[in-house]
Amino acid sequence: MNDELKSGFHSSFIAADFIVLLLELNLTTNLTIEELHKLYASGEAKPSEVCRAALDRIENINDRLNIFLTINREGALKRAAGMDAEIKSAVRTKPLAGVPVAIKDNMCTTGLRTTCGSRILGNYVPPYTATAVAKLEEAGAIILGKTNCDEFAMGSSNENSAFGPVRNPWNEEYVPGGSSGGSAVAVAAGLASVSLGSDTGGSIRQPASFCGIVGLKPTYGRVSRYGLVAFASSLDQIGPFGTTVRDVARTLQVISGRDRYDSTSANVEVPGYLKALTGDLKGLRVGVPPECFAEGLDVEVREKVEAGIQKLKECGAEVVEVHLPHTKYAIAVYYIIATAEASSNLARYDGVRYGFRAEEARTLSEMYRRTRDAGFGAEVKRRIMLGTFALSSGYYDAYYEKAQRVRTMLVQDFAEAFKQCDVIATPTAPTPPFKLGEKTEDPLAMYLSDIYTVTINLTGLPGVSVPCGLASTGLPIGLQLIGSHFDEGRLLNAAYAYEQSVSKLSLPITG
Amino acid sequence: MNAERGMAVHYHRVHRSSFSVQRDIMPITQTEVERIAELGNLELTADEKQSFSVQLAAIVEYIDQLNELDTSAVKPWQHRSAGEAVSSFATREDSVEPSLGQEKALENAPDPADGHFRVPRVIGG
Repeated sequence: MNDELKSGFHSSFIAADFIVLLLELNLTTNLTIEELHKLYASGEAKPSEVCRAALDRIENINDRLNIFLTINREGALKRAAGMDAEIKSAVRTKPLAGVPVAIKDNMCTTGLRTTCGSRILGNYVPPYTATAVAKLEEAGAIILGKTNCDEFAMGSSNENSAFGPVRNPWNEEYVPGGSSGGSAVAVAAGLASVSLGSDTGGSIRQPASFCGIVGLKPTYGRVSRYGLVAFASSLDQIGPFGTTVRDVARTLQVISGRDRYDSTSANVEVPGYLKALTGDLKGLRVGVPPECFAEGLDVEVREKVEAGIQKLKECGAEVVEVHLPHTKYAIAVYYIIATAEASSNLARYDGVRYGFRAEEARTLSEMYRRTRDAGFGAEVKRRIMLGTFALSSGYYDAYYEKAQRVRTMLVQDFAEAFKQCDVIATPTAPTPPFKLGEKTEDPLAMYLSDIYTVTINLTGLPGVSVPCGLASTGLPIGLQLIGSHFDEGRLLNAAYAYEQSVSKLSLPITG
Repeated sequence: MNAERGMAVHYHRVHRSSFSVQRDIMPITQTEVERIAELGNLELTADEKQSFSVQLAAIVEYIDQLNELDTSAVKPWQHRSAGEAVSSFATREDSVEPSLGQEKALENAPDPADGHFRVPRVIGG
């Protein structure tokens, strides 16, 4: 296609330059993995060219958007160069051959700094790699770098990172959502084809919604948590971001499955997720819970999500009303259980074996306290305090045990609802993206923005956010679809049919 | 969020206003904040103690709405409650295999010494 341009010039120089330009444009407009593989198969592009273009763009815009905490330039280019010769055949055997990916900085990567967005792990270089990341690499993916996130994944806006907030590429005055904000923006801004995030209360789905892309939290146990730095172990799950449902399904396929290093990873067969994407919704029952469309829901979000549900109907699905009567208690339950588990999990950061240590402490106990005081940010301390309180003698029954009882009621709500439907549709977040600084002084207001997502972690169900339009601010809104345990195939097919029925958002061109 | 719309909620709900519920739970005072900080091995500044006292009290007040629900007949959640998700959890053979090793395990240590983690004095001072 560039023959005309080439003629009459120093062709080798111009051609290389032109390919870089072409790839920059393509990646900016978000090439899908299948489109990228076509370029590889035909010899029109090589992994080293794609990676160099992506890394150059990252270096251009990272100062502004603060997406990556560590850029793996040398490692990525070396790995990509090693793939160049074999890429034409590799695309047939490896599902992510030569695909540039980004990893949330709370997943361990051997030899590549892993900070969790915290000062306390500011210089931590893990001696091992998380299973999900290792599986991506085995499938041919190239890691471009580690993405910014709320400290220890605690936050809904990415403003709790010790390394500064990530900005939304749609409008830099707005938050990208959190806690996996960097991973969401890496994909939305066309820097990585897909990325991994983690979701404890909405940390994949809400930033996917705020950035106009697809984000999936798989069923608890679908993906190994080995090497994911623990926040709340009964809620945490790793999942993919992509610009399309197909890319997300392909990535889920790669990272799913039983892992001997995580006893909570499920011994459940991994079906063919791409095969499940037929686009046929005939016979699918979509449940709509009125409790998720009541007081507190932004008018524009309601409008777009209801229009999305109408689309599912037009695709052949049957829409039924279901009830989730305890929805209003989910935030209270979540912030007891998540903080209780966090206060236990974060006890390990004591300045002894790894990470930051405060200087000049005279005794061990003084060293612990000073290290933790200087190493943790305000939100992490607040949650350790709340969790310690909920578990402390005299309050355990009133808070922690009470919350676990109400959690059972939430599980029962969903079990009842799934008797009448196959997939449940709700908004992902109650509002469109908000501005930086808007909620930082009021932790409770920030927590309430997780109302539709936390129940899915408390019940272990899979949930996906797909873009369903723009608010009047020009920022994206997400539709959340929820499936039964291990029913990601059907869930993703519903998301796929919806995606095919609407015109694709044109993602922001940045840099 | 408007749970009144669900019929089941009335079944579970204790019929009394949340304002008149007898509280045996105190709001979080500064002394309480200090006690919790000590349990959590956190050394808070005076400012942090002040702001956490206010913020935690607001969060705990919000959380207290769980008292509207009668949970006496409900069992606390366990992994088993997730049904399918959990019956699938399996254990592996407890066999001996190589682990990280001393050298690698010490690579990130702030103050390693002779194959150990060195720390300040444990007692006294």
